[in-house]
Amino acid sequence: MKILVGVKRVVDYAVKIRVKPDKTGVIKDNVAHSVNPFCEIALEEAVKLKEAKKASEVVAVTFGNAKSLESLRTALAKGADKAIHIECDDKTADKLEPYHVAKALAELVKKDKYDAVFLGKQAIDDDANQTGQLLAGFLDWPQATFASKVGPSDGALIVTREIDGGLQTVKVKLPAVVTADLRLNEPRYATLPNIMKAKKKPVEKLTAEKLGVDLTPQTEILEVTEPPTRQAGGFVEDVPTLVKKLKEKGVVA
Amino acid sequence: MFSPKTLFFRSFGSIQKRLNSTLVIAEHDDQALGAITLNTITAAQKIGHEISVLVAGANSKKVAEQAAKIPNVKRVLVAEDAKLKDLLPERVSEVVLDAQKKHNFTHILAGGSSFGRGIVPRVAAKLDVSPISDISDVHSVDTFSRAMYAGNAVAKVKSNAKFKLITVRGTAFEASANDGGSASTEAAEVGNINTDISEFVSQELSKSDRPDLQTAKIVISGGRGLKSGENFNILYELADKLGAAVGASRAAVDAGYVPNDMQVGQTGKIVAPELYIAVGISGAIQHLAGMKDSKVIVAINKDKEAPIFQVADFGLEADLFKAVPEMTAELGK
Repeated sequence: MKILVGVKRVVDYAVKIRVKPDKTGVIKDNVAHSVNPFCEIALEEAVKLKEAKKASEVVAVTFGNAKSLESLRTALAKGADKAIHIECDDKTADKLEPYHVAKALAELVKKDKYDAVFLGKQAIDDDANQTGQLLAGFLDWPQATFASKVGPSDGALIVTREIDGGLQTVKVKLPAVVTADLRLNEPRYATLPNIMKAKKKPVEKLTAEKLGVDLTPQTEILEVTEPPTRQAGGFVEDVPTLVKKLKEKGVVA
Repeated sequence: MFSPKTLFFRSFGSIQKRLNSTLVIAEHDDQALGAITLNTITAAQKIGHEISVLVAGANSKKVAEQAAKIPNVKRVLVAEDAKLKDLLPERVSEVVLDAQKKHNFTHILAGGSSFGRGIVPRVAAKLDVSPISDISDVHSVDTFSRAMYAGNAVAKVKSNAKFKLITVRGTAFEASANDGGSASTEAAEVGNINTDISEFVSQELSKSDRPDLQTAKIVISGGRGLKSGENFNILYELADKLGAAVGASRAAVDAGYVPNDMQVGQTGKIVAPELYIAVGISGAIQHLAGMKDSKVIVAINKDKEAPIFQVADFGLEADLFKAVPEMTAELGK
């Protein structure tokens, strides 16, 4: 099984983001970035399948500006065999929609045969939760989203999914798209020797044009604003006071 | 009084109204319509077109009757077929596409639940359009608001896609009334469904007598501070006294104290109850994303510096193992 894994470079999850004063987006310059946590989990699962000899090759792909190469190097250091960088300029990168990314991934899959594509369930910047499902739709492949357990089974994957009311297990025939939820695994850290080795692993450069993907935006961002801020109400001294205040507010009987 | 121009636009507006229509994909369990569908109907009403509801499933008639009673719903499309049992996205999407072919909807909406998120983008791909996730407001037929960056930024977006494929944040819209309407019901086409590529194996749903987390008026959540799954019992006791649902932070889920479907946050459930009580939760960005639209927030934590206190209306700096039982007792008085 040859697995393609999508990784996205995003503003680090611990950063308290700030909106640009001109309301065109959020401030990304001089802000710590890292690989989207869900992508790390998807990658870890693919690498584990390779280590268990259930997968033959793991290819990491990213679609983004020159700096996105860092995410690919991280993926290579964590065990991907090779990487593909679909490169674009900063301005284009800012306007990429999951639709465009999924289109590009679909073209990659058509160009070179993969048995599965592993993605994170959502990117923590746009919070869209779309790319995996869009890709499955473009390819007409089955989808196993929000995976918390993945087991290969004779030309198929048995996937346990995190759904609203609990857990659901489905069997999807390969080729398939899987999107990783938080509970799928604990991603490993890249060791220094592996980081050094990763520098020698191949990175193929591509562009949307070469893949024949039209990047015309379908969604225009009119403005980005801060959400209304909440004012902290302060402390109450003890439980009886707390209960009294909640009763006054009418939120408890 | 009216210039010819206004008159032109007025009549044009009424023609538009007939051409434009919205499909809401109903969520259900063969027995009852999912609560989030009613919130989605309200979002659809804000868009302002004629509303159709699609009920797909192995047993959809009973749910279709419920959908037909929702005010402002014009038409209920009922797709009933054994192949639609368990609502696999590969299969339900095909039914949505058949309905789209026949009725040519301009907008297709579903709730932003695991069901809706599974289907809407897949249908969008097949219609070759870019979808919009988790909208929290409707400004016009093509302009919506949605949260990004764990709710730390709100984007106002305009969709130029030829069809608008949308998931709706349930907590951002009031639930529509579920009685008083009289929609017509018609059978929807169930064409060629490929059952070969995916199949349902099993399901393990968490059982609870408490109200549903996403629609409860009061939510009590526990975090790492609870120290064990057993200790969650003190929250259950308080919850039962208040008729509340119980949620959790990611730390509590990861530590195995409670199942994952109780997680509140950016990647768990989004809640906006009248009262949210955070117990032993520090208040990481990712947790706040799931609860900061609650009307009243109470935080109980022994760390005075915990970020949760910055959003709490009432903060209690105390040992939760003393404060929570005391609160349960105080409320019993």
